[in-house]
Amino acid sequence: MAHHDLTPPISDAQVRALRIEDTVTLHGTLFGIRDANQIALFDRARVTRFELRGHAALHTAPNVRKVVPSAEHPTGYAPVCVGTTTSARMERFTEPLLERLGVRLIVGKGGLGAASLEAFARHGGAYLAVIGGTAALETTWIEAIEDVDLDDLNPESLWKFRVRGFGPLLVAMDSHGGSLYAAVDSKARARRANALARLGVK
Amino acid sequence: MRIDATQVEDVARELYIRALKILPPDVKAGFARLAQGETDATARGVLGTMIRNIRVAEDTDNLLCQDTGIPIYNVTIGRDVEVDGAELERAIRRGCERATREYPLRSSVVHPITRRNEHTSCGPGVPAIHIGFSDSPGRLVIEMVPKGSGSENNSWLKMAIPAEGVSAIKTFVVDCVLEAGGKTCPPTIVGVGIGGTSDLCVALAKRAATRPLGTACADPEGAALETSLTEAVNTLGVGPQGLGGDSTAFAVHVELAATHITMNPVAVNMQCHSARRASAAFTPAGVEYGF
Repeated sequence: MAHHDLTPPISDAQVRALRIEDTVTLHGTLFGIRDANQIALFDRARVTRFELRGHAALHTAPNVRKVVPSAEHPTGYAPVCVGTTTSARMERFTEPLLERLGVRLIVGKGGLGAASLEAFARHGGAYLAVIGGTAALETTWIEAIEDVDLDDLNPESLWKFRVRGFGPLLVAMDSHGGSLYAAVDSKARARRANALARLGVK
Repeated sequence: MRIDATQVEDVARELYIRALKILPPDVKAGFARLAQGETDATARGVLGTMIRNIRVAEDTDNLLCQDTGIPIYNVTIGRDVEVDGAELERAIRRGCERATREYPLRSSVVHPITRRNEHTSCGPGVPAIHIGFSDSPGRLVIEMVPKGSGSENNSWLKMAIPAEGVSAIKTFVVDCVLEAGGKTCPPTIVGVGIGGTSDLCVALAKRAATRPLGTACADPEGAALETSLTEAVNTLGVGPQGLGGDSTAFAVHVELAATHITMNPVAVNMQCHSARRASAAFTPAGVEYGF
């Protein structure tokens, strides 16, 4: 159970060094992705000017405040509350996110499925778990909204955050076929019969 | 007592923001109880982060969670209260829009077909406004629940049949908790609706999921089922965030209604660990905020 401080972009070797139950703290750039912007990118052939190769992407759509653009808020957006959404809805986008855009790390909550786990192994990627619903804390790790693309989809724009000490995050799925979610799920399903027996279900 | 629409608008605005920032004391107590009993080290860490987040939100005057949810307002009108119902609904809607624009909050509400976001947290039929009545004299209560989508996306209805008995209800609840896994942001309040028509059954599940922790179903059979289901789902080991542990649910809550001789409906609706709600009581002495 090692700890890794990572400043993306990261290499194939760096992501393959991550193992489930390790922890990661991110520094520097973190992109914000979401249902609508991934539908736009992968189903509607829209293009982003952002270079995501080697980067980390957070499943999010933040609360933001419009402000006068400044050095602190170059996009004219100040973060109000930045949290993490349920990853499972975006399962089918993991493959193109890694294969086409070169993303290495997906940061989310609740986990991804078997197809994502295969994509992590094939392309060199990992899933880092944030504790969902703890956005007030997460917001304290965000320094600024550096840039925004596809902003017609607001709040589901493609966000570029600058973060400091974003974590610790738990490596919950790795590039070696390890998934904490799959392990917990199969253990829980094995306990189903016992739970029903307790309830007197025959 | 006459209810003033302008005041309702201000209260509806305030309630949305309050609900997003401060967790009710019963939920905080629920966290303390789970943290004390949790035997899994990872789960203890996860619960610790959630508890820390509650404090950070209060210290930084920030929202607990980024998901501003679908706004729900439950209005309970007591006796001897004079209110223009149509204007009350419009005032609640205006307050909800103002909270979103003025704070500003992320509008999480879109048209279901065009997916267009008006950035008001409102749209056709939203906010959901439910109006009921009570015997309390001179009292009108508005409860606000911002219902997060992570838990709301895990909602189910099963039109079981009488031959399947109460076993169908129990099995369904256990299977829903397994299916939800970490997607609902556990530990959750598992709301179970039993009986009624299909729409009433789902509404009961929502009422159960948003009921304060520590309260019991008014029906003794329902209350007994709450106890046994709470114990059973917490043996599954899904744990906080689906990462394993004892703390899968704060509680299973049941609400029930009579049903047809040929029917045995059961619905499940879940509330995430950020079990947010806020309320305001209009009385002759003024407006009193609470949970």
